[in-house]
Order: sequence, then structure tokens, then C-alpha cells
Amino acid sequence: MDLFHNLAIGLGAAITPINLVYCFIGCVLGTLIGVLPGIGPAATIAMLLPITFTLKADAALIMLAGIYYGAQYGGSTTAILVNLPGEASSVVTTLDGYQMARQGRAGVALATSAIGSFFAGTVATLILAMFAPPLAAIALKFGPAEYFALMVLGLVASVVLAQGSLIKALAMIIFGLLIGIIGADVNSGLPRFTFGLPELSDRLELVAVAMGMFGLGEIITNLQHQETRGSVIGKVTGLMPGLRDLKDMSWPIVRGTIVGSILGILPGGGAMLGSFASYSIEKKMAKDPSRFGRGAIEGVAGPESANNAAAQTSFIPMLTLGIPSNVIMALMAGAMIIQGVQPGPAVMREQPELFWGLIVSMWVGNLMLVILNLPLIGIWVRLCTVPYHHLYPAIMVFCAIGVFTLNNSTFDVYIMVLFGLVGYVFTKLECEPAPMLLGMVLGPQMEEYLRRAMLLSRGDPLVFVQRPISAGLLVVTVLAMVAVAMPTIRAKRDEALKE
Amino acid sequence: MPSFIRNPKDFFAGLLFLIISLGELYIAQDYSMGTARRMGPGYFPVVLGMILTAFALIMIFRALLGKRDVMDSFAFKPLILILGGSLLFAVMVRPIGMFPAIVVMVFLSALGSKASRPLPALLLGLGLAVGSVLAFVKGLGQPIPVLGSWFGDLNYILHLGP
Repeated sequence: MDLFHNLAIGLGAAITPINLVYCFIGCVLGTLIGVLPGIGPAATIAMLLPITFTLKADAALIMLAGIYYGAQYGGSTTAILVNLPGEASSVVTTLDGYQMARQGRAGVALATSAIGSFFAGTVATLILAMFAPPLAAIALKFGPAEYFALMVLGLVASVVLAQGSLIKALAMIIFGLLIGIIGADVNSGLPRFTFGLPELSDRLELVAVAMGMFGLGEIITNLQHQETRGSVIGKVTGLMPGLRDLKDMSWPIVRGTIVGSILGILPGGGAMLGSFASYSIEKKMAKDPSRFGRGAIEGVAGPESANNAAAQTSFIPMLTLGIPSNVIMALMAGAMIIQGVQPGPAVMREQPELFWGLIVSMWVGNLMLVILNLPLIGIWVRLCTVPYHHLYPAIMVFCAIGVFTLNNSTFDVYIMVLFGLVGYVFTKLECEPAPMLLGMVLGPQMEEYLRRAMLLSRGDPLVFVQRPISAGLLVVTVLAMVAVAMPTIRAKRDEALKE
Repeated sequence: MPSFIRNPKDFFAGLLFLIISLGELYIAQDYSMGTARRMGPGYFPVVLGMILTAFALIMIFRALLGKRDVMDSFAFKPLILILGGSLLFAVMVRPIGMFPAIVVMVFLSALGSKASRPLPALLLGLGLAVGSVLAFVKGLGQPIPVLGSWFGDLNYILHLGP
């Protein structure tokens, strides 16, 4: 079996001592920032990108991946014990998790979340291993027209599934594409939109922009809505769920895993969407929906499995097609490029150890997280209580030093400050910064594929609808946009996301 | 706020995008368009600029007709302290050095929170500066001047380099 052969290669790469250490560091860091509200995986991965310069490619990617799924574990701890979402993806866990904790069942809630996450992580690892090779095989047949259409679909789908105004998100994407092509034009070498600054001719530094928007911009937003904390549940007893609990949680965990895995693969999907979808499904399926919001174990088991599954399957489009489906994957793609690895279908064939090592490390990391999390609950609880006004200056120090050391240049720090302002202003105007960053990453590639496709078709734009795969992708794009624009579906979507 | 603007968030977002797109199109005038077959450096940006202009106009149009909404206030104090602190870090890090730059940045930005007091903010700054020197310069060996060129040879005399 190819699958087992591949997993064996991966296991060999993942359990070398050095990779185990970085997997562990990633998981601990992920849990840490997951526990701390006000700092998310996107900002953390951006902060650590400069440090990964010094690491080998596999160690760097294994660590950064650990941060993302580790954050899903940590986020639930804060949600259950403090009634604050440590991560956006654990918002729904606060609904029933905190109620369980108030009823003295904090330990059971935490155990449920850990069991669900581990099950979901295991299944998602297998899904990743099964679906990646066929997808990569298809992607190898793609020409420039297909890649262009795929990017259009990826960008549009990423905002269709998100909350808020469609047109604002589309405008943010275009703005991002324009920011992305700042610098020397690949074909002619002509510097574009550089305002005569030589520092800009080599494109804007992704990390500086990301840290500005997700680091500084979010800090300012958080400070405006100064935190109000619920009372912390300090004592956690009785970790072992009873037989009845195990029975109640098993189907929600399975359903959450399926929903999360599917939504994670979709462009624009990811951990948050998975958890919201799973919660509303569990509520609909329940015999007595009124228990939800009052400590229903299903309301913890489903979403916690879904967010972890989605966090992992969202790697599939990036690893196989080279197209990041959310901001975190865009940063992961950035990390691969820093390491000299171009994300895309060729990675699996040319660097099987890197590819399979990363996938298997996710399972190893999940195992570490289960073992790590439950005994260390006491430490995480104490961390939840670190006041934000001590935390955010430390985040700023990390951002400033990280950006400065990237190219040893103060110019990048100025860029970070500028995009901190841009991020804050756009957030105030209810324009999400995430689509912009995705556009920025894809901008240069999109222009290149458009140029090549048009060159091959001798300037005939019909090439995008004459080639079947490209036409299919564009049809899906249009359908997605029409669907969101329709008032009834729109109302349903907003309702589902609000719940 | 004039009353014909029913939704100021949409209106100002539209206005901002309009300024961005028109500015971008103005700059892109100088880049050659080429043909659809051989696209010049101006082709892609001009197409994007036109799409963005259309989106911006729709947003403004909707802001005048759509649902009424209100704009929340801007948090000027945290905005200025956080961005100003980071800006001062960039200005200070080479001439004066990382250590003082961090103390100044942390002190200023910490005051952006209502919960902070000046003395603890200063102590936090000193603590984070010491921690950063240990972690980034000593630990990771990053080439950042702990004390800048203003202090001349002091950086080397005190063995503060990586």
C-alpha cells in the first residue's frame, strides 16, 4: 500500500529527535497563545517566521504547524475555564463549556475537548494522507489558465464563507492583490508603485504587513474594547468522564470531525467555520435543543473536534495545489518559500520526507498535546489570568524585534507601523484584514498565470472558459457569489455565523 | 455627519477604496499596457484599479440608500501610543540601541491601556528589555545593537554583542 509506505517515510522523518523537539516547541507555543486571549496563531506564526530562517525546512514547518493546531487545544481551555474565547475558533465552546465548568464539570469538559480534538486530529491526518496524492496528481496537469481560475475561486470562496459584507471583502482582496504586486515587474523589471523607494523594489515584506495588521492593529482594537473577564474557574477536579458522558460525546465527535474536515479543505474554510457549523448541527440534531447553552456536552464535543479537524485539513490546498486557503496557510506558504521550497504539487514528489514528515508530525503533535494538556491545566489556568496590559507590550516587543531582524532593516518596522494603522482603520470600517493578506500573497502569481495563459491563447480571453477544468472552477466561483448575493441564503448565512 | 449618508462605515470604506483606486490608476498611467497577448506592466494593475473603482462606487451608492448605521469612535489614545511607540523603536534602534528603544516603546504603549500605571509600565519595559537582550541577542545571536552608535564603543566594552 502506497499510503502505509508514505506514512512510514513520514514517521521516520517526524520522530527524529530534532523534529520531535521542534514539534514539541510548536505545540507548547500553540497551546500558550491559544490559552492567552488577544493573540492568535496568525500573529504568532508571523512573529516566529524570522526565527525559522535558522532552522531546517522540515523542523521549521513542523513547528509552525504545531502552533496552529496547538492553538485549537489551548483556545478551548480558556473558553471553558474563563468564558473567554482564547481563539476565534473556540467562541462557541464558551457557550456550553463554561456552563459545564460552573456546574462543577470543568474537568469533564476539558477531557471531552481533548478526546474530541485527538480523535479529529487522527482522522484528519489520515484524510490529509489519502487525499493529498490524488489532488497533487491532478494539479500537475494544470496549465496557467487552470491555476488562474483556481486562484480566482480560492480568493472569492475565502470571502463567501466569511462574515460581513461581500463587496467590502472583495474590495479588500483587490487592494491586497495591488499591494502584492508592489515592486519590480517580473517581465520588464520596471519598478511599480514604489514611490521611488529602493526598499520597495523587492516587494513588501509579508511578515511586516501581517504583524502590522494582526499584531498592532488587533492590539489597538482590543484596547478600545477593554477586556471584561468572567470569574475564573480555578479548581479543576474529576477529569474522567463517566460512561454516560462518553456515550453522549461519541457521535458529536464523529460528526464534528466530518464537518470540520470538509470545511477545512474548502477555500476560506478553517478552524473557526468548522466549529460554528458543528455547533448548529448538534443543536439541530439534539432531542432537546434547550439544553444547549446550559452545559450540553455535545456543544463542547462537536465544535472542539471540528476546529481541530479543520485546522489540519486546511493544509491540503496549500500543500497540494500551492494555493493557501486562509491567512495562516498563506504564512505557512511564506515560511516554505523562505526555506526555498515552492509550495505546490511538486513538493510531494521532490521532497517526500518533508511532505510526509509534516503530515505525520501533526499526529505526533496531537498525541503530545493530549498528554501535555491535561496534567498542565493548572499552569494554563494561571496563564489565563495574566492581565492584557502586561501581555500586549510583550507582543509588541516580539513584533518589533522580529520585523527588524527579518532583513536587518528599520524600513520593515515602518511598514509594520503603517499597516497597523491601515488594519485598525479598515477594521473600524468593518473591512476584514484577512482577505487582503491572502490577495497580497497571491497577487504576483496571479498576474504571472494570467500573462502566461493569455500568451498561450494568443490574447484570447475565452481560453478560461474553453478549457473544461478552468471553466468548471469559474462556474463554481460565479455560483458561490450568486448564492451569497441572494437575500434568503444571505440571511441564513448571517444567522448561522451569528449563532 | 451629514444626514444623507445613511451608513457612514460603508461610505468611508467606499471613499477610502476610491482614493486608493484612483491614485493607483493615476500612477499606473506611466506603465505601458501592452496587448492582451503580451501584457505590459500596466495591464494587470489597471484592470484591478478599474474593478476596485467600481466596487468603491457601489459601496458609496449603497451607503446613501441602505440601512442606517452609526460609526463608532476611534480610540485615538491607544492608536497614537501603540503606533508611536513602535515608530520610536524603529527610529531609536540603530542610533541609541535596542535596550533603550524597548524601554521607551513598552513604557509608551503600556500607557495605552486604562489599567496601566506609569511606574509598573516602566518596570515592565526594563524587564522586557533585559529579557529581549538575553533571548534575542545572547540566545539566538541576532545582530541587533544593544546600545547604539551614540554610545560608541560601550557596546563592545560591556560585551553586549552577540
